[in-house]
Amino acid sequence: MVAVEGVQKWFGDLHVLKDIDLNVRPGEVVVVIGPSGSGKSTLCRAINRLEPIDEGTIAIDGSELPAEGRKLAQLRADVGMVFQSFNLFAHKTVLENVMLGPIKVRKKSKADAEKRAMELLTRVGVESQANKFPAQLSGGQQQRVAIARALAMDPKVMLFDEPTSALDPEMIKEVLDTMVTLAKGGMTMIVVTHEMGFARTAADRVVFMADGQILEEETPQEFFDNPKTDRAKDFLAKILKH
Amino acid sequence: MDALTENWDLILDGFLNTLQLLLGAGALALVVGTLIALFRVSPVPVLRGTGAVYVTIFRNSPLLVLLLITYYGLPQLGINPSFYWKIILAMGLYTGAFVAESLRSGINGIPLGQAEASRSLGFTFGQSMTQVVLPQAFRNVVPPLASVFIALTKNTSLAMSFGVAEAAFRMKGLVNDYATERWTIFIGIALGYIIIVEAISLGAALLERRWRAER
Repeated sequence: MVAVEGVQKWFGDLHVLKDIDLNVRPGEVVVVIGPSGSGKSTLCRAINRLEPIDEGTIAIDGSELPAEGRKLAQLRADVGMVFQSFNLFAHKTVLENVMLGPIKVRKKSKADAEKRAMELLTRVGVESQANKFPAQLSGGQQQRVAIARALAMDPKVMLFDEPTSALDPEMIKEVLDTMVTLAKGGMTMIVVTHEMGFARTAADRVVFMADGQILEEETPQEFFDNPKTDRAKDFLAKILKH
Repeated sequence: MDALTENWDLILDGFLNTLQLLLGAGALALVVGTLIALFRVSPVPVLRGTGAVYVTIFRNSPLLVLLLITYYGLPQLGINPSFYWKIILAMGLYTGAFVAESLRSGINGIPLGQAEASRSLGFTFGQSMTQVVLPQAFRNVVPPLASVFIALTKNTSLAMSFGVAEAAFRMKGLVNDYATERWTIFIGIALGYIIIVEAISLGAALLERRWRAER
């Protein structure tokens, strides 16, 4: 579904993605973890070309990502993205946020888009907030709306770029629950996160990144119980102590 | 007071001409300014360059010089729109540069995540701008845009030099005819300008209040 091959990226002199290969099968949930600055967010953003890459190829469902233009926009429409800072459209209501993509990009009728938007808002549990503006919602509610907005495009794959990092602890659960439901429903997902609990329960595969490289790719069981590299052992020792 | 009471129809007609210039040049400035602001933030280098050159030329030229160029220069190139249109063209293009820069500061004030979110939904650059970025940018630049239009209101008085019978032109005529009532005339005409400018401020304040309530 997602095929990343030989991807290299530099920010000036800084080599942020070093020869990255990653294949994600349909329906698979891949969780990417690693220390800050390891390049995991950059990788996630490169998959729908919010970050351009310098070398290598990235293909979604068999078609390679083109450079800027209409073709790229079409491909992005098939890739849902959820951001750390939600990025809901501040001047639109919750319902309009979810309807905008289907109407403008998928050319759906307003009635169809609204019906589907309400279904999705109900699924993520914020249907009662439909006519409010994003700023009137809690962080957890906003992030669930953002998930509904991405789902409204019927994406082939969903990318999550640290979706719970900007949330209060008690709101993290409601967002993770939504994501677990989505994963169980068979959605193809790539999730960059620090939530080890989510990685354990929902991931089919854990990818561990450090210094721009993929160091380990394992089932969560294997990765958490028997990390192979020293870097991973060190990382797990630090975060699992608390 | 005779100067004002005996000539209220002339004065009113003068202000109608002022308003006509204001609305014509203001509308042109909004359209041109929005377009140039879009050019300046576009991913296409040629468009960005065009936008920068436009702003450099029209923001840095004295309005009177631009008026002279359109008034005497355009006919020599074989372009000869009517009297009013030449003045509206010069004032609109000039004010457009200021609208573009205000709007660009508004666009730069919108978090990058808004554009990224719209692009990730499959929006083209144009859709992302018209649906997401510009509507928010306009909300953020109501106060500076009001200042730009207030400046335009006052700049319309330059049309007097080209024989347009707007408010300042009427004032000059009356000052000549009623030599003993000059202060009355100045104050009367000033009041007219104040009414227009206050209307713009009030409109801006109402827009700001309405849009603030929406978020």
